[in-house]
Amino acid sequence: MAKIEFRHVVKRFGAVDVIPDMNLVIDDGEFVALLGPSGCGKSTSLFMLAGIYLPSGGELLFDGRVVNEVEARDRNVGIVFQSYALYPHMSVRDNILFPLRFKKTPRDEALARVKAVAELVRVEELLDRRPGELSGGQQQRVALARALVKEPELLLLDEPLSNLDASLRLSMRTEIKSLHAQLGVTTLLVTHDQIEATTMADRIICMRAGRIEQVGTPDDLYLRPSSLFVAGFIGSPPINLIAGDAEGGMVAVNGARFPVEGASGRLTVGLRPEHLRFADTGFPGRIAQIEPMGREILYVVETGMGAVRVLEQGSSAGHSTGEEVKVSFLPENSLVFETERQKLIAGAHVRAPD
Amino acid sequence: MIERRGHAGSATRRRANSVIFLGPAIVLTVLFFVVPVIIDIAVSFTDLSRSLRITEFTTEQYEKVFRTDRRLSQVIGLTFIYVFGTLAIFNVTFGLILAITTTAIRNVSGSFFRGVWLLPRMSPSVLYILLWLWAVSPTEAGLVNQVLMQVFGLDAPLDLLTSAPIALIIISNGFIGASMGMIIFTAAIRGIPEHLFHAAAVDGAGTFATIRFITLPALRWPISFVTIYQTLSLLVSFEYILLLTKGGPFYDTTVYALYVYRRAFESGQYGYGAALALFLIVIGVVVALIGWRFFDMERLLQRPRIEVQ
Ligand SMILES: Nc1ncnc2c1ncn2[C@@H]1O[C@H](COP(=O)(O)OP(=O)(O)O)[C@@H](O)[C@H]1O
Ligand SMILES: [Mg+2]
Repeated sequence: MAKIEFRHVVKRFGAVDVIPDMNLVIDDGEFVALLGPSGCGKSTSLFMLAGIYLPSGGELLFDGRVVNEVEARDRNVGIVFQSYALYPHMSVRDNILFPLRFKKTPRDEALARVKAVAELVRVEELLDRRPGELSGGQQQRVALARALVKEPELLLLDEPLSNLDASLRLSMRTEIKSLHAQLGVTTLLVTHDQIEATTMADRIICMRAGRIEQVGTPDDLYLRPSSLFVAGFIGSPPINLIAGDAEGGMVAVNGARFPVEGASGRLTVGLRPEHLRFADTGFPGRIAQIEPMGREILYVVETGMGAVRVLEQGSSAGHSTGEEVKVSFLPENSLVFETERQKLIAGAHVRAPD
Repeated sequence: MIERRGHAGSATRRRANSVIFLGPAIVLTVLFFVVPVIIDIAVSFTDLSRSLRITEFTTEQYEKVFRTDRRLSQVIGLTFIYVFGTLAIFNVTFGLILAITTTAIRNVSGSFFRGVWLLPRMSPSVLYILLWLWAVSPTEAGLVNQVLMQVFGLDAPLDLLTSAPIALIIISNGFIGASMGMIIFTAAIRGIPEHLFHAAAVDGAGTFATIRFITLPALRWPISFVTIYQTLSLLVSFEYILLLTKGGPFYDTTVYALYVYRRAFESGQYGYGAALALFLIVIGVVVALIGWRFFDMERLLQRPRIEVQ
């Protein structure tokens, strides 16, 4: 198992700095998710760890050893590609066996390990088939087996669930997580899906345009997003972001006014739909739309400060479209950001009007 | 009612479509394949010669092919050496090496080297062979002799056209033939998903293992295709040999197709030439059919199955 470190790592393609300056430590045995929108440089970071891309600058360390120039094959890294990248003309057995060919593992031992890892990811029935004859979920398991068979120090998963259907995705999520608990291998999961990241990883690295925006536990990112970007990216349905101006302890948004503590100037208030509730006091508004989501109901409420989303527990709507309501929340659940710098103002809160 | 008329309409339309789309191909096939074959067969049963007068219908030409023409076995042996030598050394192997090396290096220099190997194919045959004639000229002015004498200190110039004519026709054809394999293999290599190479690198494969386990398996069909296509074209074409050695010295570089030409047009035995040509046609059709069956050419010609990546 390995401890991974990025020190001022730069990756350039031509004149473009895809990763301008990356600094990060991943501890031995951790399960970390690299989360960010498409094109933000997640795969690029992963490929540098695998040795497929060489960093253009800075240092990449495995267990304190600089590996910038170490070839992919000498790194002992297992990787599952987004496309799975199974060798199409080889049987599943030969695919899983492939990494052991180059380690001079004795044939018997190699076959035993293939069998063991195939059982681990439950593809032992498929060993004689070709990748083309497998479903997406099965291909994904085979790709996992191929990555695990050489007992890597570091397991890299590039959007491993994005090609699976919803129910398979759910079960693979659980399986990958329990595999990690079982094997203890340092794991880096790349995903653009915040639910995947928050449900699977111990720690999340949120990226935006090649830069790390915030690193923390799922709770950190949810409860204390350091920026508007993270606040908007984490949470579903997305957080309500309301821009306004604060003066003398009051925020003004489109005519609506309510108290603020610990901040002034141009602010953006963040209120998560699940923290909002209907009450006797609060922002007056009218229900414009109702979206049942199974065990929750999402209301879109037109208020003086614009449309806000309110999420309420329960499977049947307690309110109807057009109804006049008041929306309230606990002050400690509110987030306040500086609009200009897009940063969280720690300790600042807003309060619903009485 | 309306639906029925629709059906009738679409049936006519389908017939019209097949005439429009297949018509030109059918006309060309009949005009340039079926008709010449029939004429060839007809002529092969006559004693047509320079006088252009047919005096009798006869199977004499076929007797000559199977019994009396003792030069034929030598010609066939040479044709084997020529076709397989050119194919194995140049058209497939060298084409493969060119494709693999030029796709492995940087794009710009890769294209440059591929361009260099395409040049002979783009230059007119006569010019290309003129260059060869100068290169292998038996005098001291020949390129090869200049190099051998001045760099390697050889005493007297070599006459390669006399001493190594078979090697010469193989090399001169191979330099041109390699470019087709190169282009087709390059396209096929470019079509291999990049992630497969990445996966192989991470799995520990070096350069040769990657070629063996990733590149070559993906080239199975293109290699079959180039092999068959080039076998056929080497069997029937002889222009470079005719220009370079005229089939000589004596009959030393006269491959089958050139032998047909020399019999028919140099010796004026049109009937005999036609009989010989018929075997070439039969071999061509058979090789094409073998290719179709055994090398999965059918799958090559099917609509592509797009890989979802
Ligand atoms: N091999 C490459 N050459 C040039 N640009 C690249 C290459 N790989 C990635 N990029 C660019 O780098 C950026 C980040 O890509 P990537 O790491 O694949 O994003 P992500 O995985 O987060 O979706 C993209 O803008 C992409 O176009
Ligand atoms: Mg990606």
